[in-house]
Amino acid sequence: MAIRDRLSGNEAVAVAMRQINPDVVAAFPITPSTEVPQYFSSFVADGKVDTEFVPVESEHSAMSACIGAQAAGARTVTATSANGLALMWEMLYIAASLRLPVMLAVVNRALSGPINIHNDHSDSMGARDSGWIQIYGETNQEAYDNLIQAIRIGEHPDVMLPVMSCYDGFITSHAVENIDLIEDDKVKEFVGEYKPQYHLNDRFNPVSMGALDLQNHYFEHKRQQAEAMRNAKKVILEVAEEFYKLTGRKYGLFEEYKMEDAEIAVVVINSTAGTAKYVVDRLREKGVKAGLVKIRVYRPFPVEEIVAALSKCKAVAVMDKADSFNAAGGPLFTDVTSALYGRADGIKVINYIYGLGGRDVKTDDIEAIYNTLLDIVKTGEVKSVYNYIGVRE
Amino acid sequence: MAYNLKVEAKKPERFTGGHRMCAGCGAPVVVRTILRALKPEDHAVIGAATGCLEVSTFLYPYTAWKDSFIHSAFENAAATIAGAEAAYVALKRKGKLPEGDTKFIAFGGDGGTYDIGLQALSGAMERGHNMVYVCYDNGAYMNTGIQRSSATPRYADTTTSPVGSVIPGKKQPRKDLTMIMANHHLPYVAQTAPFGNFKDLHEKAQKALYTDGPCFLNVLAPCPRGWRYDTPKLMEICKLAVETCFWPLYEVIDGKYVINYKPKKKLPVEEYLKPQGRFRHLFKKGNEHLIAEIQEEVDRRWNELLVLAGEA
Repeated sequence: MAIRDRLSGNEAVAVAMRQINPDVVAAFPITPSTEVPQYFSSFVADGKVDTEFVPVESEHSAMSACIGAQAAGARTVTATSANGLALMWEMLYIAASLRLPVMLAVVNRALSGPINIHNDHSDSMGARDSGWIQIYGETNQEAYDNLIQAIRIGEHPDVMLPVMSCYDGFITSHAVENIDLIEDDKVKEFVGEYKPQYHLNDRFNPVSMGALDLQNHYFEHKRQQAEAMRNAKKVILEVAEEFYKLTGRKYGLFEEYKMEDAEIAVVVINSTAGTAKYVVDRLREKGVKAGLVKIRVYRPFPVEEIVAALSKCKAVAVMDKADSFNAAGGPLFTDVTSALYGRADGIKVINYIYGLGGRDVKTDDIEAIYNTLLDIVKTGEVKSVYNYIGVRE
Repeated sequence: MAYNLKVEAKKPERFTGGHRMCAGCGAPVVVRTILRALKPEDHAVIGAATGCLEVSTFLYPYTAWKDSFIHSAFENAAATIAGAEAAYVALKRKGKLPEGDTKFIAFGGDGGTYDIGLQALSGAMERGHNMVYVCYDNGAYMNTGIQRSSATPRYADTTTSPVGSVIPGKKQPRKDLTMIMANHHLPYVAQTAPFGNFKDLHEKAQKALYTDGPCFLNVLAPCPRGWRYDTPKLMEICKLAVETCFWPLYEVIDGKYVINYKPKKKLPVEEYLKPQGRFRHLFKKGNEHLIAEIQEEVDRRWNELLVLAGEA
């Protein structure tokens, strides 16, 4: 039987970590992810886990220690936000290229500058092409469920890639919600043992890792890494299916909300999906055929599936909680439109940058976006592709 | 058993030949000597910072390392090996590793240790990981082409502290990393160099490897390219560094300073500077005061060390 509880997102993730009982956790405090290692270190202090907790002196060392630990045969987890993730940057690429399935809870926060502690996605969006799998969660329940699944995904022999499990700072990390927890023994059974084929602590099979890799081999290694990311999609779905059997909670590459007959749709990531679903319900009451796609798996990007989900729409708005500063559109917008190109031409797609630095996004804002889509459908005209909402201009 | 180089040299090499380090380079000599201090039955997990040592010993698909080896980046050899050591502790506790001891060693050059890696080193040492950090100090960023580091001696000619018509090389004296590490209050800190029959280096490596907790070795490792000496002079230059007290041999054992060698007649620092091309400009007429400044610095630091060791 599931255990009903009321937890904040960070508490829920810390509980998942306790249940996973990783071999090593190396972490450094940064708002709003600080509570994760904080709660976890109390589990260590109380003997509830037998993890080696390494309270490092920076996020760069956090990721470096995670790399060293995972390479040495340990299942390794860490957490960070914003500038902490930025300080890890160099090591993110190295973790991925060493094919080490390190697990990282990213509590999304605006990246400096200016310094701001509140939520947007500028931190993890910047790391979207670092070679890490990225999974996003709307609620505390999803943040908890995603972390448990992430272990299985990253460690799968066809994948062997690190995974970021992302959820919104404060909105999800600090707000308390009802949650269904899985029993400890069931989580333990679900994640199983970490048994890497090679590791540094295998005294009978010493290995060298992290070679200088020049013109003759580098490209092949990067090609294999790209293949692993492609393989991840299938594995994510297999793990989700197994998780469904365990919990009854269904996960896919993304969630479709009232999309069966939708003519207009919004594509969004994380907690804003909750607000948008409320707007969809209200519009449906008025007879508007509105729908929503909430991205769960952003890397690998589910190109064919997104196209299939949006192919019947007439107009789509992609909401980005991070700007790209490319004078062309946000990261999710660029990915969605390039997925549609040549596969589902003719769908009008517009972009909204919203909520930067924790600016509230209200139901009225989202309703205005749907109304713009209705206008586009009615007139067939797109007045502006790249837009901002909720900002004084 | 007393140290005997002939016996030591018969041990199977843990760091094999065929790597691509330069002839006359101190680093591979340092590495080989340190690894010889391991008990043959012990496994080692070795890390290296990006640098000559790493790129010349592990060029895919070849490795010179018979033990487990990891390189991840430049500034984080200490943090990477700290993570591997944490993994060992956890896996041992959970009964997932077989019998036998493993030693954790990180190697970094002076750039990767005194400069960009200082934070990671300080953190790993303070946290008390059971590991040995070895700095092979060749006094500049040699791998990228001889740029000055905070370990570069005063008035040395490097490509970013070039000797010009106005400025006579690196203006600042070198950072004293051994003292910085000693002030971390570690169980064992030592300064050494490869010369003679390697007894000093070997014994300090052995102590560092077989002392529980975080230990630090600072090892002088001349670079023929950067220092501009004849390659066969490697050992001679190390010996001169010691005889001039430019590079004193000492240990700090649980806070107690022990000077391992006091020259009967301390040689003038010129003897150390003379065979090195990077100091050639100091011997031009009119630059005598620059050498005097270096001598003053060497004397001051040596006297400070004598005080710390209770030998003043």
